[in-house]
Amino acid sequence: MIVEFGHFALVLALVASLIQSVFPVWGAVRGDSRMMAMASPLAIAMFLLVLLSFFCLTWAYLTSDFSVMNVFQNSHTDKPLIFKISGVWGNHEGSILLWVLILVLFGALVAMFSKNIPNALKATALSAQAWVSAAFLAFVIFTSNPFLRINQPPLQGSDLNPMLQDIGLAIHPPLLYVGYVGFSIVFAFAVAALILGRIDAAWARWVRPWVLVSWIFLTLGIAMGSYWAYYELGWGGWWFWDPVENASFMPWLTGTALLHTAIVMEKRNALKVWTVFLAIVTFSLSLLGTFLVRSGVLTSVHAFAVDPTRGLYILTILMVFIGGSFSLFAWRAPLLKQGGIFAPVSREGALVLNNLFLTTATAIVMFGTLYPLVLEAATGTKISVGAPFFNLTFGPLMMPVLLVMPFGQLLAWKRGDLWAVTQRLVAAFVLCVIATIGLAWFYAGSGVLVIIGFGFATWAIIGSVFEIIDRMNIRRVGLAGGFNRLKGMPRTVWSTALGHLGVGLTALGIVTVSAFESETVLVMHPGDTVEKSGYHVTYDGSWDQRGPNYVERVARYTMRDGGNVVRVLEPSKRVYNASGTPMTETAIATFGFSQVYFAIGDNTDDGGLVTRLYMKPLITLIWIGCLIMSLGGFIALTDRRLRVGAPKPARKSNRHSQPAPAE
Amino acid sequence: MKKLISALALMVMFAASGPALAVNPDEVLKDPKLEQRARDLSLEIRCVVCQNQSIDDSNADLAKDLRLLVRERLQAGDSDKQVLDYLVDRYGEFVLLKPRIASHTLLLWIGGPLVLLIGGFVIFRNIRKQRSLGPDKEKSGPIPLSDAEKKELEELLKDE
Repeated sequence: MIVEFGHFALVLALVASLIQSVFPVWGAVRGDSRMMAMASPLAIAMFLLVLLSFFCLTWAYLTSDFSVMNVFQNSHTDKPLIFKISGVWGNHEGSILLWVLILVLFGALVAMFSKNIPNALKATALSAQAWVSAAFLAFVIFTSNPFLRINQPPLQGSDLNPMLQDIGLAIHPPLLYVGYVGFSIVFAFAVAALILGRIDAAWARWVRPWVLVSWIFLTLGIAMGSYWAYYELGWGGWWFWDPVENASFMPWLTGTALLHTAIVMEKRNALKVWTVFLAIVTFSLSLLGTFLVRSGVLTSVHAFAVDPTRGLYILTILMVFIGGSFSLFAWRAPLLKQGGIFAPVSREGALVLNNLFLTTATAIVMFGTLYPLVLEAATGTKISVGAPFFNLTFGPLMMPVLLVMPFGQLLAWKRGDLWAVTQRLVAAFVLCVIATIGLAWFYAGSGVLVIIGFGFATWAIIGSVFEIIDRMNIRRVGLAGGFNRLKGMPRTVWSTALGHLGVGLTALGIVTVSAFESETVLVMHPGDTVEKSGYHVTYDGSWDQRGPNYVERVARYTMRDGGNVVRVLEPSKRVYNASGTPMTETAIATFGFSQVYFAIGDNTDDGGLVTRLYMKPLITLIWIGCLIMSLGGFIALTDRRLRVGAPKPARKSNRHSQPAPAE
Repeated sequence: MKKLISALALMVMFAASGPALAVNPDEVLKDPKLEQRARDLSLEIRCVVCQNQSIDDSNADLAKDLRLLVRERLQAGDSDKQVLDYLVDRYGEFVLLKPRIASHTLLLWIGGPLVLLIGGFVIFRNIRKQRSLGPDKEKSGPIPLSDAEKKELEELLKDE
């Protein structure tokens, strides 16, 4: 009965979204405030209905109701509770339902927290977003219904893919989806601006929080997915340039570009058309990602079910939305007035350069991902485009990005003085050279590529925090004065610095681990000891044990530094009962920012065990960098001017507010 | 019953030896220079039965065969290019993770640079256009109020 409730709520949500698709935008164009007023309550109603539906499906999982096809196919009574919950979206139907849930959640958030947005804009945006909701609700109901029953309910389910039985599944998809789907709001606002034919700096101010939220979650989702792949897949790779990863990386790249142009637009009323264009592109790429992952065009761990009708349906949605929004753009964008102008050497100019490189990077990833598909469809020739291609083409493109970042932070708006900024950055450059030499010496690396890599990464790191140090100006105002200035610094300075610092740290992690990771593969017998990067690793032996829904062979290794035991590690190999699927569970020892990675292979006939040890220097910086980037985004979000519901009139304070340093 | 399943599972696991990982100790060549070349080459060769994995990463049987084949060819004195040619002859271009530049892959290789060039050109043209307008002539300005907004403003002012 509860399952039928869920189904019914979903159909009601579709009806609500269809009404939402038509009336508020009609009202906005005709100037009918009653029709516009429908938007907010409808958005909230849609959210509550989909939420109810989602809870009903979760209920079916929790109670292991195998009369529901979806539960039967993806669950098992022995499955631990957390995986029963995360298993709701560990399959095609459920994950699309989660997608839709987040979509309508964003609609509801806009309805609730955007009191200051003009009614017409809000109503039109909510309508535009409802077009997406309606398309995907129909997709769920007509092709991917998670509430279908089975006539003769089986007694036991067939369990979730063991690779997905991991805490990663509980976290990674929701984070990623919030990122993906959050851009739908930005898209909706862009479409609304085009329909209404008006756009200004205030638009950017309303839209920027949504860009930030989406970008933060997308960053976290990608980083989380990368770490999950790293420890789960068993050979220590952290990015594979897999089409599925690329699908999430492309909206991230354009989203990053959008994040920056939105600032230009808000502050300087410039780059308006380009910002609208990026907003449309970013969500289009999110849709493309959903299509690539969900249609079965690509087969991977993410493609839960392959069904041509679904692929065709998503392709249709994709073409209608992308084609429609770009046509709208071509038709209406000329109406948007171009805004403030700026000299080529200025902060805007630096951001334009950043956008050029990010857009090119997106294009490269897109060519690499889609080219083989298109070529095969067109000529039947099968080619592969993998990591070596992307490393060769994408890598060099990131160098100018890292190079320009510190300049961009220091250049003035409208017209900057490149020479003055260069002079200020001399100290940062000296530090960067010292750091590069230090790193090269520490890792005993001398290759040209290594030096270049270290150079660019440390430049980005030092350059990112340099603005803060520069602004403290301790030499002139003393230490105490410097700290006072630190406290008074605007949040935007902090968010920029942290965002760029994160990029630099990630780059440093990538360079170091790519250049200096080492691998030892050997057969070990119980009692054997091997030396790895200064540690002595002893294989103590292995045994079999049973988990809740699997059996495993666990091997124990003891790591010693000198004579002291520093870590005991137990990597294992599992076989899941229900499916008989084998899995490798790795074990990781973290030392500072570096990790030693253990994975076990086959047993040999004479009682030995194939053991793989990897030393991954500074690898955690890759993900720490992403966390810091997100933190930067979060701080930007807490800026008073952007706080959702703001701008309220500034409090009139009696104390003399210090003139804020020029931004 | 459960015990039986576990026992069976264990048998399957250790008889069929579960997921063997990439390069195994018995495959490694004695000559470290040759082995390094083999590893570098392996990263560029796709395990053709896998999903986007190089033979260096993959644990499939075919990947193992290919790894051994690469090492065999290298020991026979082939150059890196000869090894790749040999594999392309046998498995087609699909085996290369970095496609060769040819007429049918041209767009793939120049697509990115082309976007960079076009983007750069557009920016350059816009700068020239702005220059010709003169740096100080801001043509922006607040967007004029719509009629509805003017009316609203009047209402508000009336209340004051």
